Amino acid sequence: MDLTTLTYIAVGLSFALYIGIAIWAKASTTGEFYVAGKGVNPVVNGMATAADWMSAASFISMAGLIAFLGYGGSVYLMGWTGGYCLLAMLLAPYLRKYGKFTVPEFIGDRYYSKTARIVAVICLIFISFTYVAGQMRGVGIVFSRFLEVELITGLVVGMGIVFIYAVLGGMKGITYTQVAQYCVLIVAYTIPAIFIAFQLTGNPLPQLAFGSTINGTGEFMLERLNSVVTELGFLEYTTTNKSTIDIFAITLALMVGTAGLPHVIVRFFTVPKVRDARSSAGWALVFIALLYTTAPAVGAMARLNLTETIQPGEVGAEDGNLSYEERPDWMKRWETTGLLSFEDKNGDGRIQYYNDANADFATKAAEYGWAGNELTVDRDIMVLANPEIAQLPNWVIALVAAGGIAAALSTAAGLLLVISSGVSHDLLKGTFTPDMTEGQELMAGRIAAAAAIVIAGYLGYNPPGFVAQVVAFAFGLAAASLFPVIIMGIFSKKVNREGAIAGMLVGLIFTMGYIMAYKGIFIPVMIENVEANWLFGISPEGIGVVGMLLNFAVAFGVSKVTAEPPEHIQHMIEDIRVPKGASGAVDH
Amino acid sequence: MNDQSAAYWKRNVKLVATLLVIWFIVSYGFGILFVDALNTIEIAGFQLGFWFAQQGSIYVFVALIFVYVAKMNKLDREFGVHEDDD
Repeated sequence: MDLTTLTYIAVGLSFALYIGIAIWAKASTTGEFYVAGKGVNPVVNGMATAADWMSAASFISMAGLIAFLGYGGSVYLMGWTGGYCLLAMLLAPYLRKYGKFTVPEFIGDRYYSKTARIVAVICLIFISFTYVAGQMRGVGIVFSRFLEVELITGLVVGMGIVFIYAVLGGMKGITYTQVAQYCVLIVAYTIPAIFIAFQLTGNPLPQLAFGSTINGTGEFMLERLNSVVTELGFLEYTTTNKSTIDIFAITLALMVGTAGLPHVIVRFFTVPKVRDARSSAGWALVFIALLYTTAPAVGAMARLNLTETIQPGEVGAEDGNLSYEERPDWMKRWETTGLLSFEDKNGDGRIQYYNDANADFATKAAEYGWAGNELTVDRDIMVLANPEIAQLPNWVIALVAAGGIAAALSTAAGLLLVISSGVSHDLLKGTFTPDMTEGQELMAGRIAAAAAIVIAGYLGYNPPGFVAQVVAFAFGLAAASLFPVIIMGIFSKKVNREGAIAGMLVGLIFTMGYIMAYKGIFIPVMIENVEANWLFGISPEGIGVVGMLLNFAVAFGVSKVTAEPPEHIQHMIEDIRVPKGASGAVDH
Repeated sequence: MNDQSAAYWKRNVKLVATLLVIWFIVSYGFGILFVDALNTIEIAGFQLGFWFAQQGSIYVFVALIFVYVAKMNKLDREFGVHEDDD
């Protein structure tokens, strides 16, 4: 069977599965819609959290980023896993004990203030829309490459599927589809990795293979990779030229941001007990680690395979480079998407792939008769093209397409749900129309989810500048606004309403302003985005850390000079600190 | 807050602080601040600093959460604040 037919079958079967689950798990109460009736087993919830968490970026882009950044890619590996330690130990058990439905609801209750709740909802909606637009875009890219349809068709189909299970099933439907999506995505990610690891090193475990020796030689893979890339003027794979402070700040912003993202936090509201919230975070990280420890191996292997495909012979030898006429089929296929391109600058009919920005390498390149780098590869294609580069059977490629869509849809659904609950539960029921019946609130939630899907689809089709800055905006703002007030709400009895509101606003405005000024989002670029101009040498991707520190400082400072939180709030804090007495599961 | 729950909270905070120190050392310490020094040590084909940044820290994170779960469950029982079994 040809690749397109196989891909239609793989994607079609996975969609049928998700829709089946949606019909089986229809939500009938607001409790089921928002938090799946708090009856989800912790291991199941861990798996759903992993799918919720691992987005199109984790599945499609991350290994490619690591392939080209080498050690520099570590910020994503540590940053997107380390936050689960913070979640498990600092947030999840206490928020589960608190026992209601949404993150802004906790902030509003703890700081006895509707204003605080509304500020939190605004942060939540902005963060989630930034994030969800990227997912819809991911769905569209997979569709247009593998099913050869227009981007817009892919988007509409993706939106339709999410609509069915998010709007009908709410959190209950999303939870069980996410479990299915996790299975699809992890199988799709690991199978090619295992094949390639075995081909290269004879060791099928990717985590060990990238520290093993290359088949038939005594040379370690990472040593070979270092020598292959440095011969072409690139930086050594296992080191970096980024400053330590920036790596530190970005990693911390990603970790803290992870722990402050509402669609992740809310997953821990769905388990029956406080102790389940703790262990569930552990299970989530186990399932996430399966992919996150495979990704760096995939990155290293992909970089080695790509470089050696283009440069099969000695560097500088006349026939050392791949002849364009003899390029493999996968390159031809990706050329049609425009994500891979070749320009024969020195007219020798062969492909030269090297670092032409390296001034020290320029004289050598000139001696070889090279006139500049001739190959442009979009790093997003590395995971998708990997099975083709390694010449794996077509069904593996079809599976990878289904996996990419699963990763994007599962994250999109989680985000859409927190947007809809923010609107129906926090804004309408909690603030503007408290007299709503449960049935009306449920209907409002469904309408909000449907509207959010349409807006997300539009943003995915026609992405404004801020969508490309997910790392800076979503993680930076979560780190600077939501994370500190939740932590202070649990660990301090002194921080009060005035402190929390001031802290959130300062963290939010500072971080947002910094990113906008350097990246030119919504406004023209005000300061050139280069290291010399950064505050303390921290890039816009890591600035959320400074925003977070400001938030803490302002909140404590303002709380010191204003009235203490009232008696009943202090009791509430004491109560959420002990597990005993958590409200139990709601019957399905 | 009575003495009993104050003592429970203190033990809880101490446990979390200890685990987060380890969390900090394996990622920010071994993987970032001291990465160059550790990279001079090579074990089984990996430079050690690079390995901590791309593999080791993640394994330690997983272990830390399960240690936390076990220790907290024990602490809950010791202070009688655990949830009832169904």
